[in-house]
Amino acid sequence: MTARKKTFRGAINEALRLEMRRDPTVIIFGEDVAGGATLPHMEGENREAWGGVEGVTKGLAPEFGRNRVLDTPISESAIIGTAVGAATTGLRPVAEMMFIDFLGVCFDQIYNQGAKMRYMFGGKAQVPMVIRSMIGAGTGAAAQHSGSHYSIFAHVPGLKTVVPSTPYDAKGLLISAIRDNDPVMFFEHKVLYDMEGEVPEDDYTIPLGVADVKREGKDATIVTLGRMVHFSLEAAEKLAIDGLEIEVVDLRSLSPMDESAILESVTKTHRLVVVDEDNPRCSLATDVIALVADQAFDYLDAPCKMITAPHTPVPFSPGLENAYIPSVDRIVSTVKSLIG
Amino acid sequence: MSFTKEKLLYAYTTMKKIRLFEEKVYELFTEGQMPGFAHLYAGEEAMATGVCAHLTEKDFITSTHRGHGHCIAKGADIKLMMAELYGKSTGLCKGKGGSMHIADMDIGMLGANGIVGAGGPLACGAGLMAKTLGTGQVTICFFGDGACEQGTMHEAMNLACSWNLPVVFVCENNGFAESTPFGYHCAAKNISDRAVAYDMPGITVDGSDFFSVYEAAEQAIGRARRGDGPSLIECLGFRYYGHFIGDPMIYVTEEDQQRNRARDPIETFKKRVLEHELLSEEEMSEIDGKLVADIEEAVEFGRESPLPDIKEVLTDVYVNYP
Repeated sequence: MTARKKTFRGAINEALRLEMRRDPTVIIFGEDVAGGATLPHMEGENREAWGGVEGVTKGLAPEFGRNRVLDTPISESAIIGTAVGAATTGLRPVAEMMFIDFLGVCFDQIYNQGAKMRYMFGGKAQVPMVIRSMIGAGTGAAAQHSGSHYSIFAHVPGLKTVVPSTPYDAKGLLISAIRDNDPVMFFEHKVLYDMEGEVPEDDYTIPLGVADVKREGKDATIVTLGRMVHFSLEAAEKLAIDGLEIEVVDLRSLSPMDESAILESVTKTHRLVVVDEDNPRCSLATDVIALVADQAFDYLDAPCKMITAPHTPVPFSPGLENAYIPSVDRIVSTVKSLIG
Repeated sequence: MSFTKEKLLYAYTTMKKIRLFEEKVYELFTEGQMPGFAHLYAGEEAMATGVCAHLTEKDFITSTHRGHGHCIAKGADIKLMMAELYGKSTGLCKGKGGSMHIADMDIGMLGANGIVGAGGPLACGAGLMAKTLGTGQVTICFFGDGACEQGTMHEAMNLACSWNLPVVFVCENNGFAESTPFGYHCAAKNISDRAVAYDMPGITVDGSDFFSVYEAAEQAIGRARRGDGPSLIECLGFRYYGHFIGDPMIYVTEEDQQRNRARDPIETFKKRVLEHELLSEEEMSEIDGKLVADIEEAVEFGRESPLPDIKEVLTDVYVNYP
């Protein structure tokens, strides 16, 4: 397989494109996913149109047509409910919900319908749908367009929750999510869209629920995902100057969660820091720490620490927003305080 | 309108089966023999029957919390339904759904639903599947007058019409959103008038009259099957048993109750077919006898079936969860 540089955005686009070519039951819909594509006056350089507000689905409508790439009304409940109904009857829909914050509009269709259907019907239904949505602070979009909130979905039985951190992971995880027979929430950090990385041309899958050790080390473990993987790697680089070897475990998916990867790392390093951009109550951070407290307590040489966003919405003003997002400096000083 | 004998027999059998089923469930719940709670369809039989008379097992329906009638009209096995209501492992949903989430995926019954108005978007999904793959299947979205005030129904009707999906919206207007009368919860005089807003045909029919429902559904389902898009049918009717079993129905006047009994859908049907000599008294009483026995058999099956193994609490959450 030839690998070449791709952006995070391009990797997701490629995953969608390859799966749509491979399987005629894969369709995508959401607000502006075609975004003007195929309109008569939008030929030439505008042919690919918006392709979603971040251009992630650009070029798909011209290739697959409006019957498989559908712009929806701004009707979030209808979008998600349609995905659930289509999935239970034979399609593999990938619905786009522009921002994770908008999932509040249609939470019933996710957690009462899509997530519970298989269980309620005694295993006689399956819901092979993917809901893609943007997460994350860092663009000044303020409280209703910047949340992370993925812990809410990981809490719901019946859903799988995936948060990729690199272009390579995004492509492989999305292909797995589309082929998966359960509903998958797939969260893309908006600040990562322009990030470049090596991505093989062909299709490949990364299993859901398998963590990736992004950096090996023996002195402390950082468990994290999404954009915070990069902050953690940067922190690990800084700590290396002081001779500290920090292991960075990228969970990649919150549910299923790779518990053995976490435990394996902590039993080796004896120290745990969880870095999470989501709010702290009943979160990824508390969940990982609870796991370690329960199953690896005797291996710990220091208290477990969590570095998260505060228990607040995302503020607008740049200084406030920066203070909200966990920083590399916080990670560095927290890890140092454990090793002392 | 002309009817085959087969269709008339289906109509009578289905309506009567629903009535007897619901009366039996009422009895069993009231005696404390069944767990949980249930919303009964008795009184609305002509609506599900008149619509489902035009469907095959390949077509889809979405249902409501008052879903037993839809299930039976779509062709579900009442033994498996009764077992589900008893919470038994032989039930349609292995005892995990109960009355309010009863479903039969094998015949396109996409589930009763505990959330009012939630079926609209789901019906759009089934419709989108049929349109995308060109299968020719039609989806019926049954919903009550209470659901008309949910945003989901507006979103679903708008989406179905914008995308020209093969979906028919069937509103079962029984006059009450739980205990709140129609005039207090709905700003429109007729729910069918809302069809104008989505540029689809809308009609209000007497939901106690099988023939009126049947005719309206024939038009709407034919239109959807031809690819001409959705329609909205409002069926005016009533329910005999209140919102749920145990509801004393103090909000319904004695006068209204009497008026309802006078337009009982099964009696109305019988009168019509006898008048026109389409079915005989003997034919119908023979069906009655058989149905009574079938219901008893279903109760026996439900009662005697084993409870689910306790391990079942953990299964069927995912297809695969490592």
